[in-house]
Amino acid sequence: MSDISTIEPRSNMQKLSASIFKASGLLWVFLGLCVVAALLSPAFLNPANLMNVFRQVALYGIVSVGMTFVILTKGIDLSVGSILGVCAVSTALLLSGGWSPWLAVIIALLIGTGLGAINGIGVAIGRVPPFIMTLGMMVMARGLALTLANGQPIGLKDAAANFAWLGRGAMLGIPVPVWIFAVVAGIAIFVLRYTPFGRQIYAVGSNEEAAHLSGISVNLINFSVYVISGFLAALTALIFVSRLTVGEPTAGTGIELEAIAITVIGGTSLFGGEGGIFGTIIGAAILAVLANIMNLVGISPFTQQIVKGAIIVGAVLYEMQRKRK
Amino acid sequence: MLLEAISKGSYTFDPTMILQMAGIAKSFPGVRALDGVSFSVRRGEVHALVGENGAGKSTLMKILSGAYQADQGVITFDGKAVAFPTPSQMIGLGIAVIYQEFAQAPHLTVAENIFLHRLPRTRFGLVDWKKAAAEAKRYMDRLGFSVDPLARIDRLSVAQRQMVEIARALSRNARLIVLDEPSAVLGDNELQKLFSTIRSLQKEGVSFIYISHRLKEVFDISQTVTVLRDGKVMNSTATREMTTDDLIRSMVGRSIGDYFPPRNPKFGNDVLKISGINRGKVLKDISLTLRGGEIVGICGLAGAGRSELLRAIIGADAIDSGRIELRGKALTIDTPRKAIALRIGFAPEDRKTDGLFLSQSVSFNITISRLRDVLSGFWLNLSHERKTAQDFAAKLRVKTPDVDARVGNLSGGNQQKCVIAKQLNAKCDVLLVDEPTRGVDVGAKREIYELLVDLTERSGLAILMVSSDLPEVIGMCDRILVMCEGRITAEIAKADATEEEIMKHATVH
Repeated sequence: MSDISTIEPRSNMQKLSASIFKASGLLWVFLGLCVVAALLSPAFLNPANLMNVFRQVALYGIVSVGMTFVILTKGIDLSVGSILGVCAVSTALLLSGGWSPWLAVIIALLIGTGLGAINGIGVAIGRVPPFIMTLGMMVMARGLALTLANGQPIGLKDAAANFAWLGRGAMLGIPVPVWIFAVVAGIAIFVLRYTPFGRQIYAVGSNEEAAHLSGISVNLINFSVYVISGFLAALTALIFVSRLTVGEPTAGTGIELEAIAITVIGGTSLFGGEGGIFGTIIGAAILAVLANIMNLVGISPFTQQIVKGAIIVGAVLYEMQRKRK
Repeated sequence: MLLEAISKGSYTFDPTMILQMAGIAKSFPGVRALDGVSFSVRRGEVHALVGENGAGKSTLMKILSGAYQADQGVITFDGKAVAFPTPSQMIGLGIAVIYQEFAQAPHLTVAENIFLHRLPRTRFGLVDWKKAAAEAKRYMDRLGFSVDPLARIDRLSVAQRQMVEIARALSRNARLIVLDEPSAVLGDNELQKLFSTIRSLQKEGVSFIYISHRLKEVFDISQTVTVLRDGKVMNSTATREMTTDDLIRSMVGRSIGDYFPPRNPKFGNDVLKISGINRGKVLKDISLTLRGGEIVGICGLAGAGRSELLRAIIGADAIDSGRIELRGKALTIDTPRKAIALRIGFAPEDRKTDGLFLSQSVSFNITISRLRDVLSGFWLNLSHERKTAQDFAAKLRVKTPDVDARVGNLSGGNQQKCVIAKQLNAKCDVLLVDEPTRGVDVGAKREIYELLVDLTERSGLAILMVSSDLPEVIGMCDRILVMCEGRITAEIAKADATEEEIMKHATVH
């Protein structure tokens, strides 16, 4: 059949580079933004400042990777900030109570994962719309964090020194949180691209009914992404606590919106099934550089919020326009 | 533009025509969708528009409705040139397009849907509900459908909803109504009702453009038929001067001779045996047996429980009682996942909502049903995956630029082949197919028939096929089961199968 002769093998490298290229429109935006930043303020290229930007990218980036998983299934996770708060408070309580840092880390990660699992059960089994389930969890977990901490920030006391490496240390001159982000993002890219699990996440996000009829455990997939998101929120909490040497019950407030913005700017569709981690990495970088420029040129934090909100709407607007074509 | 067309001779005004489209051209990146199409509809006629998928029918209708702008050409309606058509302008002129997927607000009432945006007002500027209901009832009665104007749309049958669409068109003084595949969602009885409504509106001077893949309907209802192929008009003549063969020949550009492939079945052992399946009010005491290499058809009117039976077998819907035996072993199948593991494949009726991942690639869609075959260790082997997908695409003659193309961009027939490929990839030996050729053009239909026959004869696949297209069932199936109101009312051997015989058992007596 002559029509078939047009099917030509295309290597995986080509496919991979194509998917990077898709994100590369964003890459240009990002590079352009960096040039503007350097022109506006010489302090931008200052190594200390760049390290700050990197740390920022890492912190928001880790949560955003979890958010990308959730949004790929057409879900949303509003509770990451509050889960982060619970985990931050728990870690600080355990450390200041003299627990071993290792144990504290493990317990905090378990708590985050567990809260994510509750989201997952509510969404997958209970059929509660993700927006409502995670909104409820957002309020509940914040309440839990405030209760545990009795409304007060919890200092690490003597434990602070043992726990500083995670948030403040560096390896080969690069901050530890950046390494953690690199590992998390690397694993996430790999999982989404090269595992049946990743494939099934895209399937569920593109068409849940077709996924169900294709023999995919839709419930398991929907459950898993919230678990992953909870786990990554907990991981971010550890870095927060280590960096600030204090567990604040309000830690992570608003980070869910930041993570949603990053994911959407990175090109992951809110309607599920399209997008990926490359975009999310660049999305995180764009937002971090933007915040940094605005700080450097002295734009007030209040005004910054206006700009950020406009960018989120702009990113979605752009996506919708692109889709319509 | 009009003057230019007149001077070039591509347009001559004809007062007997309600609509004249002349020299319409429209291109999309890489595709010339319409290439100098001239298409005219006489006042008060039913004008059938046929052609394979991708022939340009929907593009032409989108230009008519104002959704697309033509690159070239002129449109006159009721003798007046339409310069830059917009959707609201076309509606204002009296052109109404009724799509397969109705544009209705399901939670609103019949009256609200008919008068959406134009609800009658009282002198205080409030909505005059009494008048809206009375008017709505008047329109529905005129169509011969007495429906409570205050009933919610989602409580109505599909046929009633279609009538609401027509009523809405009439309420806007539509003088030309486009029906896009109206029979796709209707049972036979309902179709006859639609036809009688069309005929009575015709007498009132309303003209229709009737788009359908079912040629029998074209002969039943239309006075004129236009065939589009590859964006050009192949033929535009009085329907009574045409035969089915003529039509098919001009649609596909060749006579397809024997429409259904020859069949030399070799039947194996019983593969699937179900006995006494009940599910609420939709399935009552269903028993059937399916042998290897056999194609068994299931006929019935809409709502007879045909699709529900397939869904019950694969565990998508829970059954109340009954027994399923696969290769002699009694089993419970409670999820589609389990059915696939047991090598029962299911190609659902609505490929867009249930069958495919439209935003994903062809290869994604084919391999998703069994990813473990393309694993190297724990990881997906992407080149192996592509190879697998390419093999299926070639075997099933899926026409696609390459297997990375989005499935949503393929034509209906090729999408259907991807749905089937997905099931074959799962290595099924029982295949349940629901309306395998709905919305598929003639050429691709024939390819799907060949594919199904080939699968049964070469690999001993057993096929249970639900279809509303009776000639298709008679042409393809070795045995036919007829369903009516949740029961199997007859089993008809291929030799005895006629449309009349099937309809006799499909209807309530």
